Amino acid sequence: MSFDRQSKIRNFSIIAHIDHGKSTLADRLIQKSGLLTQREMQEQVLDNMELERERGITIKAQAVRLIYKADDGEEYTLNLIDTPGHVDFNYEVSRSLAACDGAVLVVDAAQGVEAQTLANVYLALDNDLEVIPVINKIDLPSADTERVKQEIEDIIGLDAEGAPLISAKADINIKDVFDKIISDIPAPKGDYSAPLKALIFDSFYDAYKGVIVFMRVFDGSVRKGTKIRFMATEKEFEVTEVGVFGPGRFIPADSLGAGEVGYLTASIKNVADTRIGDTVTEASRPTKEALPGYKKVNPMVYCGIFPADGSKYQDLRDALDKLSLNDASLQFEPETSVALGFGFRCGFLGLLHLEIIQERLEREYNLDLVTTAPSVIYKIYLTNGDIIELSNPSDMPDVTSIEKMEEPIVKAEIILPSDYIGTVMELCQQRRGEYVGMEYLEETRAVLTYNLPLNEIIYDFFDVLKSRTRGYASFDYELTGYEESKLVKLDMMVNREVVDALSFIVHESSAVERGRKIAEKLKAEIPRHLFEIPIQAAIGNKIIARETVSAMRKDVLAKCYGGDITRKRKLLEKQKEGKKRMRQIGSVEVPQSAFMSVLKLDDE
Amino acid sequence: MSGLKKEISIYIHIPFCVRKCLYCDFNSFAGKEEYFEAYKNALVSEINAFDKAEGYIVKTIFLGGGTPSVMPSKFTGEILKAVLGKFKTDPNAELSMEVNPKTVDFDKLKEYRDYGVNRLSVGVQSFSERLLKILGRIHDRRDFFECFELIQRAGFKNVNFDLMFALPSQSIDEWEETVKTAVSLRPSHLSVYSLIIEEGTPFFNMFEKGELMEVSDEDDREMYYRAKEILRENGFFQYEISNFSKKGFECRHNIVYWKRKEYIGFGLGACSFLDNERSRNNLSLSDYIGGNWFGERDEFTERDAFAEFMFLGLRMTEGILRKDFYDYFGVDMEALFGKEIKKLSERGLLLDDGERISLTERGIDLSNVVFREFL
Repeated sequence: MSFDRQSKIRNFSIIAHIDHGKSTLADRLIQKSGLLTQREMQEQVLDNMELERERGITIKAQAVRLIYKADDGEEYTLNLIDTPGHVDFNYEVSRSLAACDGAVLVVDAAQGVEAQTLANVYLALDNDLEVIPVINKIDLPSADTERVKQEIEDIIGLDAEGAPLISAKADINIKDVFDKIISDIPAPKGDYSAPLKALIFDSFYDAYKGVIVFMRVFDGSVRKGTKIRFMATEKEFEVTEVGVFGPGRFIPADSLGAGEVGYLTASIKNVADTRIGDTVTEASRPTKEALPGYKKVNPMVYCGIFPADGSKYQDLRDALDKLSLNDASLQFEPETSVALGFGFRCGFLGLLHLEIIQERLEREYNLDLVTTAPSVIYKIYLTNGDIIELSNPSDMPDVTSIEKMEEPIVKAEIILPSDYIGTVMELCQQRRGEYVGMEYLEETRAVLTYNLPLNEIIYDFFDVLKSRTRGYASFDYELTGYEESKLVKLDMMVNREVVDALSFIVHESSAVERGRKIAEKLKAEIPRHLFEIPIQAAIGNKIIARETVSAMRKDVLAKCYGGDITRKRKLLEKQKEGKKRMRQIGSVEVPQSAFMSVLKLDDE
Repeated sequence: MSGLKKEISIYIHIPFCVRKCLYCDFNSFAGKEEYFEAYKNALVSEINAFDKAEGYIVKTIFLGGGTPSVMPSKFTGEILKAVLGKFKTDPNAELSMEVNPKTVDFDKLKEYRDYGVNRLSVGVQSFSERLLKILGRIHDRRDFFECFELIQRAGFKNVNFDLMFALPSQSIDEWEETVKTAVSLRPSHLSVYSLIIEEGTPFFNMFEKGELMEVSDEDDREMYYRAKEILRENGFFQYEISNFSKKGFECRHNIVYWKRKEYIGFGLGACSFLDNERSRNNLSLSDYIGGNWFGERDEFTERDAFAEFMFLGLRMTEGILRKDFYDYFGVDMEALFGKEIKKLSERGLLLDDGERISLTERGIDLSNVVFREFL
């Protein structure tokens, strides 16, 4: 592809805080580029998964090619690459941005600059992108464009003077955005004759075509029949199809050349062969250096997932298999629990990732699940010099063989209205946070920085944070490293038997409190039996908390007449059915809900 | 007609009340006086349309509700006449009727007697004014005493009081007071029910919201034991989980249900068990009045029938004779349930003398645990 052709291409993404109107603007750009009729236009074309729409976030990166006829009569190809908008997918965001030359920064005319805006802007700037600020929702009564412009200049340091003032929803000044993209975002300047060098920014599995790789070509070209190599995985394939992203569908093309964004298929069976951030090159004429920034992403959070109905184990396996086809960062391996039977130990990028997978399993695959408390990866230094990485509390070695333990620490940034600083600092202190600093973004808003152990935030930190700040705080974290810590394994015993699925690792200082709360929860969840049931929390042989479910005194239908015997029978049957669904721990029947109840301990 | 007539019981449902009590999940409506006559007519038509009456002799009739006494006594008379005209009835048949103290006067009661009603079941529930209000009952203590005087004056000798315990915020002493008051009036029969909070009732929602103070299971049982003790001391015999009577005054109609004998139900939503088939009438008042009386059949398997026999029979203190089970089904109870019976006996919930099984005291408290074993 000639330099001249590349001059008519713009590769960009849209970055924004949740709710600031990213998807609406994307829809509007797609609509305005004239490729879709009103009728074809699905609400929010980019967010095409049901779940994403409900949460108002975008999970998987996706791209769309827009054709725009500018005032000068030239037709421009605008490739819009969408980015996921959550900290769990930080790496994916950074790779999507790396595929672009510029970014449109959407800022809400009423809300102004928010924490996530900042994080994404920094990511964009790290990738040398030209960032164009756009002020959206100017039609809101509470819009204050002058203040927001000032914020953009003061906080981010971008010139906001010429920023388009738009309303994506009300279709105001959208043309300004197009013009700004064409005038300000640099055209790609790849070397068409150089060896192929393309960046994978996403991939997904299609039952017919195999893995479809989404990429940005930097140098060279690729066409059907090209022998390609993925430089990190060192896998080689022969290309069966290349093409570009029409709105809502793939459009095959003869070739993809320098500067272009598109896809390729090559009969690839395994999505793990096509890692995000990897470089695609020619097998026979490889480029010298891979594109920078590739990282193999590893799960940070683990938990056990079990089918509520043991006979659904195979269904769960199939569902996880299918989900992992499109999600290379989801890991799972079989796990057996005495209490919960056969299930899987699953690894996730973060808590949101965990929740999304869990919900998709339940919703799309109709599975009823029991999950165990999430765990992070602990490093255990044994007295014999070995180091093990522990993600499942049940595998914790005997205390006497442990020299020391380390836990992952994250740096957390919380942006919040200053009214809530006190309560959030208190929360962070409770969670063993180490205060790093606080900065006022403006009079009424500040950013609090804390070092926090990851295991303190994987339970319910975000929920509590939200409730303490009435939803006004935003929260972002990144792993900074491991620190030695006094950790213990807390076991829960029901009728003197350890329930493996309820064991977890906790800091010594909060063990008693945590053990007491869980014992209380279990007491509330476990129905009375014919005998008394002690519920105990223990560290090793030491009992640190105890509750008792007293013996059942009464289970009787006082009234039985009027002749409707069928109803009585069905009532008894229903009760019996309910018992069947319970988990058997020794001679105690424990409802599924008991396992879930311990996941949310803070009642705030 | 050849051969012996089959014994049968008849239940007649009157789905009307002055007001719905807050705990009630029965098939009944408040008000709707405008439908009384149409309903009575539909009921009489349904009774008259019954085509197998020839083969039966009626041993018990039970007019239940709702509140049967809420209707004009004239209608009650027409309904009972229809039954007595249609079916041959044993001269010693038990003819029960439920009454609410606030809905009857002397003339009404006298008429009931004239129509042949010989047993009244009075919804007393409590003698505490405070608790009657909480329950949403329409009568107070005084209404009841006045009514009871009229009942005696009208000549009823077989009278039951329905009492309820474990009422929200009820104390054990309050309950004891109610039982003692009831006993002092010398009824022939007492039913004492532990309140069940049924889903869909106002009580259920009030409990969910924490507006009612629930009685603990411990206190519930304590109330039950106190009642049993007081009743025993006063010559009442417990013949079922919640039912006590003077000797010979057991409710024969209810025993039919518990022995899994046959009965015909007439009226809205009424259930029948006839020719080894269970069925229920239409539950829609407008459909029923429109002559569309019948509803669905309740299917059950042979195993369901075994289970029913067990959980119904065990409600009675006399329990179940192995021989009776065999006579009923031609199947050996031991072969079917031997394992369960042994387990429950070992746990102290069943008493088994080899011929007869029955619930122990603890077995009564945990009767559902026992019953579920036979499903």
